Amino acid sequence: MVRWILVAVLTIGIAGTAFWGYQEHQEKNAVLIQAENTYQRSFHELSYNIDLLHDKIGTTLAMNSKQRLSPQMVDIWRITSDALSNVGQLPLGLLPFNKTEEFLSDIGDFTYRTAVRDLDSNPLSDKEKQSFEDLYKQSGKIKDELRQVQHITLKNNLRWMDVQLALANQDEQTDNTIIDGLKTVEKTVEGYSETNVDSGLMGTSTKDHQFKHLQGDKISESEALKKAKSLFNVKDNNNITVTKSGDGSDIPTYSVSYRNGDENAYMDMAEQGGHPLTLLVDRPVQDKQISLNDGQDKAKAYLDKLDFENMTIFQSDEFDNIGVYSFLYNQDGVRVHSDAIEVKVALDNGDILGLTARNYFMNHTDRDIPKPEISKEEAEDMVNPDVKIQEDFLAVIDNDLGEEVLAYEFLGTLGNETYRIFINAMDGKEEKVEKLGGTEINFAGNF
Amino acid sequence: MTYVRVPMIYIMICFMFLALYASISPKPVNAFSSQVIQQGAVGDDVIELQARLQYVGYYNGKIDGVFGWGTYWALRNFQYEFGQEIDGIAGQTTKQKLIKASKYDEKHVKSQINQGKKFTHYGGDNNNKQTTPAKQENTGGDEGAATANTSVNVPEGYSQNDIQLMANAVYGEARGEPYVGQVAVAAVILNRVKSPTFPNNVSGVIFEPRAFTAVADGQIWLTPNDTAKQAVLDAINGWDPTGSAEYYFNPDTATSAWIWSRPQIKKIGKHIFCK
Repeated sequence: MVRWILVAVLTIGIAGTAFWGYQEHQEKNAVLIQAENTYQRSFHELSYNIDLLHDKIGTTLAMNSKQRLSPQMVDIWRITSDALSNVGQLPLGLLPFNKTEEFLSDIGDFTYRTAVRDLDSNPLSDKEKQSFEDLYKQSGKIKDELRQVQHITLKNNLRWMDVQLALANQDEQTDNTIIDGLKTVEKTVEGYSETNVDSGLMGTSTKDHQFKHLQGDKISESEALKKAKSLFNVKDNNNITVTKSGDGSDIPTYSVSYRNGDENAYMDMAEQGGHPLTLLVDRPVQDKQISLNDGQDKAKAYLDKLDFENMTIFQSDEFDNIGVYSFLYNQDGVRVHSDAIEVKVALDNGDILGLTARNYFMNHTDRDIPKPEISKEEAEDMVNPDVKIQEDFLAVIDNDLGEEVLAYEFLGTLGNETYRIFINAMDGKEEKVEKLGGTEINFAGNF
Repeated sequence: MTYVRVPMIYIMICFMFLALYASISPKPVNAFSSQVIQQGAVGDDVIELQARLQYVGYYNGKIDGVFGWGTYWALRNFQYEFGQEIDGIAGQTTKQKLIKASKYDEKHVKSQINQGKKFTHYGGDNNNKQTTPAKQENTGGDEGAATANTSVNVPEGYSQNDIQLMANAVYGEARGEPYVGQVAVAAVILNRVKSPTFPNNVSGVIFEPRAFTAVADGQIWLTPNDTAKQAVLDAINGWDPTGSAEYYFNPDTATSAWIWSRPQIKKIGKHIFCK
C-alpha cells in the first residue's frame, strides 16, 4: 500500500515538474522570440530607410525649385535620423559599424544645414551639387549591400540572436552571413570617407576640435607633480600618483590623483603649460554653512588665483549642499559662451570641489569682435512680439553651423516661461531660441 | 473623575510645548537669515522670499523653495518698483525693503508645503481661502522631516528621471570604482550621446544592445547610492575626467579583442578609457 502511494506521489511529482519545465521553456522561447523580433524589425526598417534615403537623394538631384528643395532636405534629414536610431537598436556593440553611422550622421548634418539655409540668397554651390551626386552613388552602394544581407537573412532564416552569440564568443570560424555582410557595408563606407573630406560633407557633427589656447612650455612629470601639490594643497609625496595619458588622448595630459582618508582628488593637467583641465575632489559634504552667494565669491577668487581673467558669472545652482557655478569669458562686455569654466564649491566650508576648463582651453582665443551692425532696438524688433524682453547682453555664440557669431542675447518671458533668444548682431537673423528650465517637480519628495 | 484629568493633561502638554517653542525660537524680527540669496539657491530663505514676493503681488508662481527664473524676474520687478539696483540678487537692503513691504506667515506656508497642498500667499486675502485640499497621493511617507522643497534644481535639459537612469547605469557598471571612475563612466555615456555614431539620447545609449554589461546582466536595476547620483550630476554639469572617451573596458574581464584596438587615453581605477 505504502509503496503504491509513494509511486503515485512520485509520478505526480515528475509529471508536475515536466509540466513546469515545459512551461518555463515556452516562456523562455517567447521572450527570445520577442527579442529576436525587435532586432529583426530594426534591421528591416534600416534596410528600408537606406532604400528610401537613396530614393529621396535621387529625386532631389532632379529638383530645381527652391521651394521644393528645403522640405525635401528636411525629409532626408528625418530619414537619416530614423536609420540611425535603428542601427542603435541592433546588437552591434562589438562590431565596428561606426563608419556607416558617421556616414548617415553626415548626410543628416549636410541636409539639415541646407534645409535651414535661405536658398534664394544662397543657392547650392556646384561643389555641393557634386557632393550630392556622390552621396547618391554611395547610398546606392550601401543600399545594395544591405539589401543583399537582408535577402540572405530572409532566405536562410538567419537569426540575430545567433549574431549576438557569435559576436560575444568571438568565434572566428563561425560563418555568419550577417556579420560578414555588415562588415562589407562598413568597408564600402570606409572607402568613401576620404573622398568626402573636402566636399563640405564631413566634420560638422563633432564639436570637438584642437585645443586653441594652451600656452607655455611642456612640463615634465615632476613639475606636474609639484604643480598639482600646490593646487591640492598637499605637502608630502605620499598618496599622490601621476600618470601620463595614452596615445588616444586629444592632447597629452598628466593625470594626478590623491587620496587621504575619505578625501579623493583627481586632476587632468595639460602637458603644454601645465594648465588644469579638470579637477575633482570627492569628500562627504556636511550641512550647509555658507550661502550660494558666498560660494560664488570663493569660486571667483579661485579663478583669479589660477589667472583666468575677465570671467563673469553666468549661472549658479545648488545641488545637495554643493554650489555649481558656470563662468563665461567676458571680452569688453561681450560674453563668449563657448569659453566656459565650471566650478564646484562645497557649501559647508567653502572648499573648491571641482573645476573644468576644457571648453575654455579648447575655444578661447584672442578674438577680434566686430561692432554690431544693427542696433539693439532693431534686434528687439526681430524677437517674437509676445515675448516680454527683460534683460539683454551682447554675446558670441556658436550657431547651428558651428561658426562663432556676434549676437544680441535677450532674456524674456512669455507667460510663466523664460526664454533666451539670440539675434545675430550683423544681419538680424534669429540664431537660437532656448526655453529655460532648470527646475522640476520634486518627484521623490526629497531628492 | 477620569474625564477631568484628561483635559488637564492636554492643557499641561500644550503649555509644555508652548514653553519649549518660546525658548527655542524667540520671535525673530528679521525672518531671513543673513545670507544673500541668488538664483539657483534652495531652502527656507527662498521659500520666504517667494512668499513675501507673492504677498506684494510680484510672484505668481509656486512657492517651492527653488530660486528659478520666475523668482528672478519677480525680484527684479520688485527692485525696479522700489527704486533699487536691479540685479536679481536678494541682498541686505532688498530684504529689508521686502520685509517692510510684506508679511510672512511662516507656520502657515510651511504647513501647506508639508501637507502638499496647492496654495498661494497673496496679501489682503485670508490665507484659508487660498488653499485647496491636499492630493491623496502626497500624504504618507516620512512625517516630521524638515520642510522638503516641492521642486528641485535640475541641469538644463535633463529630468530627474534621466539622472536616475544614468545613476542606475553608473552604479551597475562602476560601483566599486573610485568617485572619479564613476564620473568617468557617466561622462562616457554623455560623450556617446553627443557622438554621431551612437544614439542621441541617454536611454538609447544605455539600452543599446551589447553596449553595457550591467544592462545585459540586469545589474542596472540595483538601487544606486548617492555617490553614483552625484557622479552623474558632475558629468552633466560638464566634468569629463576621461578626455572625451567613448569606450571603456576592464582589462581583466574584457572578452572582445576588438576593444584592445581602440586608441587608449588613460586608466582610471580598473577601467581603461579609449577613443
